[in-house]
Amino acid sequence: MVRLGLNGDSGALITLRDLGKTYHRGSEELHVLQGINLDVDKGDFVAFMGPSGSGKSTLLNLVGGLDVPTTGSVTVAGDEITRLSGSRLTAWRARHVGFVFQLYNLIPVLSALRNVELPLLLTPLSRTERRRHVETALSVVGLKDRAQHKPRELSGGQQQRVAIARAIVADPTFLLCDEPTGDLDRKSADEILELLERLVDDHGKTVLMVTHDPRAAERAHAVLHLDKGVLT
Amino acid sequence: MRFLPLLAANLFRKKVRTTLTVGSFAVALFLFCLLVTIRGAFNQGVEAAGADRILVINKTSLIQPLPLAYRDRILRVAGVQHVTFANWFGGVYQDERNFFAQFAIDHTTYRDMYTEFVVPDDQWEAFVADKAGCIVGAATAERFGFEIGDRVPIKGAIYPGEWQFNVRGIYHGRRPNDDLTQFWFRWDYLDEKVPSFAKGYVGWYTVRVAPGQEMVPVSRAIDDGFANSPFETRTQSEQAFMASFVEQMGNIELLMLAIGGVVVFTLLLVTGNTMATAVRERTGELAVLKTVGFTDPFVMGLVLVESVLIAAAGGVVGIALAKLFTLQGDPTGGMLPAFYLPSWAMAAALGLALAVGVAAGLLPAVGAMRLQVVQALRKV
Repeated sequence: MVRLGLNGDSGALITLRDLGKTYHRGSEELHVLQGINLDVDKGDFVAFMGPSGSGKSTLLNLVGGLDVPTTGSVTVAGDEITRLSGSRLTAWRARHVGFVFQLYNLIPVLSALRNVELPLLLTPLSRTERRRHVETALSVVGLKDRAQHKPRELSGGQQQRVAIARAIVADPTFLLCDEPTGDLDRKSADEILELLERLVDDHGKTVLMVTHDPRAAERAHAVLHLDKGVLT
Repeated sequence: MRFLPLLAANLFRKKVRTTLTVGSFAVALFLFCLLVTIRGAFNQGVEAAGADRILVINKTSLIQPLPLAYRDRILRVAGVQHVTFANWFGGVYQDERNFFAQFAIDHTTYRDMYTEFVVPDDQWEAFVADKAGCIVGAATAERFGFEIGDRVPIKGAIYPGEWQFNVRGIYHGRRPNDDLTQFWFRWDYLDEKVPSFAKGYVGWYTVRVAPGQEMVPVSRAIDDGFANSPFETRTQSEQAFMASFVEQMGNIELLMLAIGGVVVFTLLLVTGNTMATAVRERTGELAVLKTVGFTDPFVMGLVLVESVLIAAAGGVVGIALAKLFTLQGDPTGGMLPAFYLPSWAMAAALGLALAVGVAAGLLPAVGAMRLQVVQALRKV
């Protein structure tokens, strides 16, 4: 369940308290996010909508530990990540977050299998164990038979499914999807959204998704709107 | 090992560029090795010169002779252990391009003086027994296909006429930089055939100083002994003598080294720039690696290892090509008799390649390490 505007410890999987991000452009201050308070439980599927520049991607970057807030805190499963140093934050990210980007961001010279395997290279798993995990992830996204294909040999929808397989292969605590259907046609977009729904419903994953697409947002359990850095 | 596929995929993502970069390194290192070889060849005489040997030449010029009678007088100088002598013959074998140095040597003393040259006993005995016999350096023998028993005609330039020699032996060197291009024949054969006014003269004396004796006082004593005579002498260490030869060619050597050095340096700059470009193109991918949990030092290491691997591959190819080239021997046909690429130079070349690989990769690697994920992803 998603709750807005709470204070204190709610016991939620993800807790944002008084989260703010300010950029400086010369002498000008840009308040991209202001006073965000949000609680997301395990198994939630949350969509963030809003116009360009409203702070959606910035919010995702802060929750994913890719960026550091100016004010406030992000707590995930009891760990306040805003207190973690660079290297510990990187290790935390590897363990807890799966990222899905609008433009897939696959490594073009690696096969689907190798792309999906990337996060597992940082784990102590053996080659055989890694292969098993990769095959499972590719099966979940329905691309086990395309394991040896390079990204350029796959359609946009298939590439995004490989990206989702990469995001889930290390069994992260939650997924962050930044416009996952933004570069896809309707049919492929629907397939990706169904896949995300299945991950939530069948596998108990928690998904935070930024989107411009109202039809994509409809799939989420909760839709939150950001406008000028304020969450409603 | 688990990161090998990632490394290999990055290295071979643009095969043409990687090949050209490796090729640039190979050419640069090939040139470097060649320059070291040429420099070594120029200085071969100095490096190979005996540390206990001094040379006695005519004070006026090397081309002026000295009387044979000086040998016994030199032997009597305190501190002198052994004396031999030789003449420069300056003949031509078939064609002037077939240059190799011919010396008329004293067969009774020469071998004991130049112990770095190895001639099997039976071959040396055959040489001593045949007045028209000759000993040929292994490199020259290989170059012209000379074998023991062959008859070699040499057209005299200083000493006119066609001279016939019988190959009685082939010498080798104890050290890799020993000159294996020389051609020795008996001095008494030369002396027998020259006109009567030229008999009894030698080109120079080589003297071995007795152990524990200083070269300078011995040299001075020899020169003092022949002062104010019709054939005054100039005595100096063999190393100094060889160095004076090198000095005559010094400008050519400097010019070659300078041009070669600039070419090598430029190639390395170009290569470094290519590598930096290759990394800049992958900014987004590096950001993705960081996003999924690869640490900053790891990403830096990845870029650096790629750079070093390219440099090492190019270096190995360049050094191997240079070694193969130098194994063919002197390409100038006699100007650089000891055309040899030593092991230390190959090791230095590989070290240079690796150092340049690190230097070329360092800036992009540090850039990759400092890459801000959020900003980099925005550019994708």
